[in-house]
Order: sequence, then C-alpha cells, then structure tokens
Amino acid sequence: MTPELLIEAVVAGILLGSFYAAVSIGLSIAFGLLDVPHIAHPAFLVLGAYGAYLLGQHGLDPLLAGAALTPLFFLGGVGVYRFYHAAFERHGTDKGLRGLAFFFGVAFIVEVGLIRVFGVDQRMVEAPYIGKSLALGSMRLPLRMLVPFAVALALTIALSLYLSRTFAGRAIKAVAQDQTALALMGADPVRVKQWAFGIATATCAVAGALLIILGPVDPGLGRLYIGRTFCVAVLAGLGSLPGTLAAGLILGIAESVVLTSFGASWAPAVAFGILLLVLAVRPAGLFGR
Amino acid sequence: MRGSNRFLAAAVLVVIAALALAHTVQNEYFFFAGYVVLQFVVLATAWNILGGYAGYVNFGSGAFFAVGAYTAVALIKALDAPLIVQVIAAFVLSGLLGFGVGALTLRLRGIFFSIATVAVAVICETAVINWRFVGGSRGLAILQPAAPLWFESYTRFLFVVMALIAIFSVALARYIQVSWIGRGLRAIRDDEDAAECAGVPTLKLKLAAATLSGALMGVAGAPFPLYMSFIEPTSVFSLNYAVSALAMPIIGGTSSWAGPVIGAVLLASVQQIVTVTISSELNVLVVGVLLVAFVVAAPQGILGLAERLVRTRGVARAALGAQGGGIGDRS
Repeated sequence: MTPELLIEAVVAGILLGSFYAAVSIGLSIAFGLLDVPHIAHPAFLVLGAYGAYLLGQHGLDPLLAGAALTPLFFLGGVGVYRFYHAAFERHGTDKGLRGLAFFFGVAFIVEVGLIRVFGVDQRMVEAPYIGKSLALGSMRLPLRMLVPFAVALALTIALSLYLSRTFAGRAIKAVAQDQTALALMGADPVRVKQWAFGIATATCAVAGALLIILGPVDPGLGRLYIGRTFCVAVLAGLGSLPGTLAAGLILGIAESVVLTSFGASWAPAVAFGILLLVLAVRPAGLFGR
Repeated sequence: MRGSNRFLAAAVLVVIAALALAHTVQNEYFFFAGYVVLQFVVLATAWNILGGYAGYVNFGSGAFFAVGAYTAVALIKALDAPLIVQVIAAFVLSGLLGFGVGALTLRLRGIFFSIATVAVAVICETAVINWRFVGGSRGLAILQPAAPLWFESYTRFLFVVMALIAIFSVALARYIQVSWIGRGLRAIRDDEDAAECAGVPTLKLKLAAATLSGALMGVAGAPFPLYMSFIEPTSVFSLNYAVSALAMPIIGGTSSWAGPVIGAVLLASVQQIVTVTISSELNVLVVGVLLVAFVVAAPQGILGLAERLVRTRGVARAALGAQGGGIGDRS
C-alpha cells in the first residue's frame, strides 16, 4: 500500500470513526452506565434512520428530521425503560438471561416490522450536501462523510459535557456508581435511570439520521451495528464518553485501512474481531472504571 | 431408572412412527414441513444445553448451524462423501467451534458472552462469503442423490434421518439433565462463583456443555444442503435460526429437556402453518412477539405454566380432600 493511500484511508477512518462514536454513545449510556443489556440499541438506530427517511419524503432535511424526532425517541426510551424495570429489574431474579432475551426479541420485532412496512430494499435520503465533496490537496472528502463527522463530534462532546458539568448529568453518573447511595441522598434512582435511558434513545434519532446520510439503509443493517456499537462501547471502557470517541476513532481507522487493503467484504469482521480481542485481553476497555 | 425405560420406549415409538409416516403419507409437503420442525427440535434442544442449563445465552446459533451445513457442502464437493460422513464431520467441526466458544466463558459472562457469540457468527459468515470453493456469496446448487432403498423420495429419507438426530439430541440433553453434569450446570447458572467454591469443576462442565451444544447444532445443519438442494450464506446465517433456537426453549421452558421439544414442535408447526396460509414474514414476527411475551409474562415457559396449573389444582384437591376426610372421620 502506498503512503498516500494509507493517509487517505486514515483520514476516511477518522471521519467514519467519529460517526461510530455517535452511533455508540447511546449504548455507552444505556449499557455502560445503566447496565441495561441493550441489544436493541442498533435496531433503534435503524428505526431513527427510517424516521429521517420518512420525514425526508416530505422534503425535510435529514438532520432536521433527526432533531425533530428526538423528543419522540426520548419518550419512547423512557417507556421502554419503565417497562424493562417493571418486568425485570424490580424483582431482580434471573435478570441476565431474561433481559437479554427481551431486548433480542425487541430488536427482532423492530427489524421484521421495518421489513413489513418498508420492504427489504435499501432506502436513502436526499440533501444538498450529499454527493458533493471537498477537495483537500489531492484528497477528496465527500460531504456526506464530513457532515456526519461534524455532527457526531458535536453530539459526543455535548453529551460528555452534559454528563460531567450539569446536575442531572452528574446524577446519571452517580446512579451508575452506587444506586443505593443515590437513593439515600433522596433521589429516586429509577427516575434518574429512565431520564438517562431516554437520552440514550434520543441519540438514536440523530445518529440514525447520520446513518442514512452516510449511505443507504436497509432493515437488516442493525445486526452489523450490534458489532460496531458494542465494540466501541466495550473498547471505550463502559460508560466513558471521551473513551467512546477514542474507541470510535480506533474502529473507524482500523475498518478503513482493512477496507482499502483487503476489500469491502472483510470490513464487517473488523469490529467483531476487535471486540473479541478486547473482551479476551482487557474486558475493562481503554478507559474502564 | 423406570423413567429412563419409559423414555427409551417413547424414543423407539417415535422412530417407528417416523418410518411408518414415511411410507404411508402421500403428501410430499408433509415431509418438507416435518423436516423443518424436527430440525428446530434439534436446534432448540442443543441451545438449551448451554443456555437453559448453564445460563450462557448463545446468540450465534446460526453460525453453528451454518458450520454444519458448509462442512457437508465442502465434503460433497471435495469427496462426494455420503450423508453419514457429513453428519459426523459436522458434529466434530461445530463441536470444535463450540469448544472455542466455551473457552470464551473463561473470561466472559452474561451479556459479554452473548455479544461474543454474535461476533463469532459474523466472523464465520464473512469467512464463508469470501470462500469461493463453497460458492461464496452467490451460493451453490447441490444435486440430491437418488432416494435410498425403501424410500419413495430423498426428502422422506432426510425426514427419517432428522427424526433420528432429534431423538439422539433429546436423549443426550436428557442424560445431561438428570446426571451430575446437569446438577453442576445448574449450580453454575445460579451462582458460578459459589459453584466454583463448592468444588464444582465449572470450566470443565462449561466446556463440555458448549462443545455438545455446538456439535448438535452443527448436526442439525448437516443435512440442510441436501434438503434444500441449494446453499447460500444469507439464508443459512439468517437471524431466524438464532432467534428461534433461543425463543423455542424459552417459550417451552428451559429447566427440562421437554421444554425445548414442546416449544420447537409448537412454534415450528405454527410457523409452517402461518407461512403457508398468511405470509413468511409474519411467521418470523410471531416468534419475536411470543418470545417477548413469554420472557415478560411467563419466564418459566409452557412447562412452568403447566406445573403451576397442576400445583394449584393439586392444592385445591388436597384441601378439599382434607376437608372431606375430616368430616368423614368424625362421623
């Protein structure tokens, strides 16, 4: 591989990587901080992408559509968490197996539901910045990658600040650390958690819009993103948002380099390969608590 | 022991019934559907050995199924090997994969293990897609050999073969459940650290359960290429197998060998009927919805519901009996 090609792959990887951080950030919160085995996160992501597609049919810009859908997704997330809590967390028995099976079933229902409504064909959106690219020296940076890069970066930084600077954000971190202590301080852990889960789900609306800006989406795409999102969330160290950004970049660069040197058909295995490696070598991740 | 004899008698009866059906039923579709139901009995039973007894949730059942199917394809293409060789090779190879997955449990528990099995599935799928010899992503057509003696068609023969495999799997699962292995696995499910401290050889048991579970799933997939006469990665690695293999035991009840059998027969039959009468997409939706409903409302599955029904009836009868007896004694 020539050095120019490598540099180009790395730059593309950085753009892709921050996008991966944005799609994984909800999982970092739901799974990393709240310990919810949220296998359905990628399915919600695809749901967000289809939401942006649906609004896009009426001429709305995908990014605006994503932003417009966040309240709906937030409420949906609160609902899902309340149901999950009532069904599994409150009694505490055999939570692992049943919670996993529950979210697996939910993901499956979302996927099959999307297939029934939209069919298995790939869908895409139109926006003025899709299809154009920015020339940087000899390199061409397509805007459909630059826009997700910028939005993803903004989303990740904003959420990191929210968690570390605001009162509500700190409460979420506190509930992850010690639920009982939080309850003793007079705060209701369940309410904090449902707030956090709502935010985690709301990110799916924005990240889903980025997903469909980046490329065409089909209902089965969620499965590929199980690997990518969990790879990023675990590599980051569960619940660490700056770690999520770093891990997203690592995955993006690794995937992009493999893509240019071995071909596109091997790219999906990269995330899972890294995931297995991290799980085997350092399950606590890069910035583990 | 008496239970074992009864089980043996039932197994022999099922084999005789399968053979009799293969020679009496005229409708060829019956065997197409019956084969699928039996295949899911094997998959569900196999999943339950690791998932139900030991509590390690495998999301990658499709990968084991596919390893079995592609082992068979490779053997057919390279050596034109007979079915029995394909089945044994599938047993060994997917058993090896199962052993590898079992080794993952060394460090991974709960959701981490489950995610790792998804990873194994996707890596296997990528490898097969890039493997030209067995057709790659385009797939490969396979000729069904002539029907063996005594059988009208090859599908009927495969139906009986799958019935034998199903009985073998259920017998194995039942043996594991009633023996000390099952007790050890249940101890691991309830509290792995406590089991380890109490002297249960947890690693050995987990490896054994994962290996057997994987091997049986592979065997379920081995006759698949001949059954379909065609193989391609997307259908073999379909999420459908992973979801069904997990949903059927959970719906039937994971605590006993009978649960996966009940769940698989019930669900797979419903699926076949829905596919024929309504649509094939709806049938997958049925599995998902039932899975979520059972996980939330009846975590012990159909077995648990039945047990509760019997117990409440029993309690009611006992209460009535005690009352009646009391009155009778005094007079």
